[in-house]
Amino acid sequence: MRERALIGGGLALFLILFTYPLWHAAAFRTEAKQPRLQLPTQSKECVAPIPYMRADHMRLLIEWREDAVRRGVRRIHLANGKSYDASLTRTCLGECHTNKAEFCDRCHSYSGVSTPYCWDCHHKPQLVAAGRTP
Amino acid sequence: MNITRKDFLRLSGLSLLAFAGKKAVQAVTGLTSAPATAAAAPSKAVRWGMVIDLGKWREQAGSERCGNACSAAHNIPRIPDPAREVKWIWNQPFEQVFPSEQTVYTRQTYAGRPIPVLCNHCENPPCVRVCPTGATWKREDGIVMMDWHRCAGCKYCIVACPYGARSFNFSDPVAYIVPVNPEFPTRCKGVVEKCNFCAERLAEGKQPVCVEASPDKSMIFGNLADPQSEIRQVLGARFSIRRKPELGTRPNIFYMV
Repeated sequence: MRERALIGGGLALFLILFTYPLWHAAAFRTEAKQPRLQLPTQSKECVAPIPYMRADHMRLLIEWREDAVRRGVRRIHLANGKSYDASLTRTCLGECHTNKAEFCDRCHSYSGVSTPYCWDCHHKPQLVAAGRTP
Repeated sequence: MNITRKDFLRLSGLSLLAFAGKKAVQAVTGLTSAPATAAAAPSKAVRWGMVIDLGKWREQAGSERCGNACSAAHNIPRIPDPAREVKWIWNQPFEQVFPSEQTVYTRQTYAGRPIPVLCNHCENPPCVRVCPTGATWKREDGIVMMDWHRCAGCKYCIVACPYGARSFNFSDPVAYIVPVNPEFPTRCKGVVEKCNFCAERLAEGKQPVCVEASPDKSMIFGNLADPQSEIRQVLGARFSIRRKPELGTRPNIFYMV
């Protein structure tokens, strides 16, 4: 029982070091570094609210796809009166997010999402970068 | 009220007889309670079809104009190896296109003559029946459509199609596309593709790109469900044939001879 202080002290030191990220963040109010995205310059407004797009853009794209390919609905009308082509190639990648590496890829690699295969076919940004468009 | 088994059976029999009698009277007199206005109302149905005028086409024998326009619009790869090439609309010799129309005399005159061929957008498409993933289906307007996202690349439809209208991407096609049309998606390795009757242009009210590129109305595209349409007038006025009618696929591409 003579090492009681030593063991207790060691355990306390271990706990302090182990929980360092938690109390350090709480004490100094640090936040995780967000990925720096290059936002579109041509347009200020997205087809849906930003939090929704951040979390659910893939669901929106699947809805667009089913509507366009299966139901023949190729135009979306927003509540504010604006309307867009429901097209990943032409609207999303063509008009706004032309910079795949600094928009799509940065957020995907930040959140550990393995690259989806959308760009295998809808790859306007790469084609523009490679000079393959007329 | 107390009802005996005998009464119940008698009543059931009588009501059955009355129902059958009403039906029989209706069938004889042709009177139905359903409103007859549905048939008289102008039909909004759309059934896309195409007529290819082989007489006019002969003057342009082997023309690549339609094929080139289609390739440019739909990012079709130009793969030199014939075993791996991807085709939406192309020229094929007469004897392969109309094998059952051959005689000794057609062999003398027509053998080797190029005939433009494309997906027939059949009324009864065998490719749709065999597709295990629902990636290809028959649309309301008659187009045999493909959802490339859904295609698993099993090639069952290629085997099923009696016209050879479907191609498979054995490798990544992007390297073979020149020039790339940024408005239309490309395909990836392991996906089947074919003519889509320019569904993306029809949605904008335009004609298919091959029809626009074809010289002096050698191709006519239109709504087969509308008796007033140009295609119906032409089909009513002149004789036309379809490819391999004996198979019962009922193509919507007609060849005027």
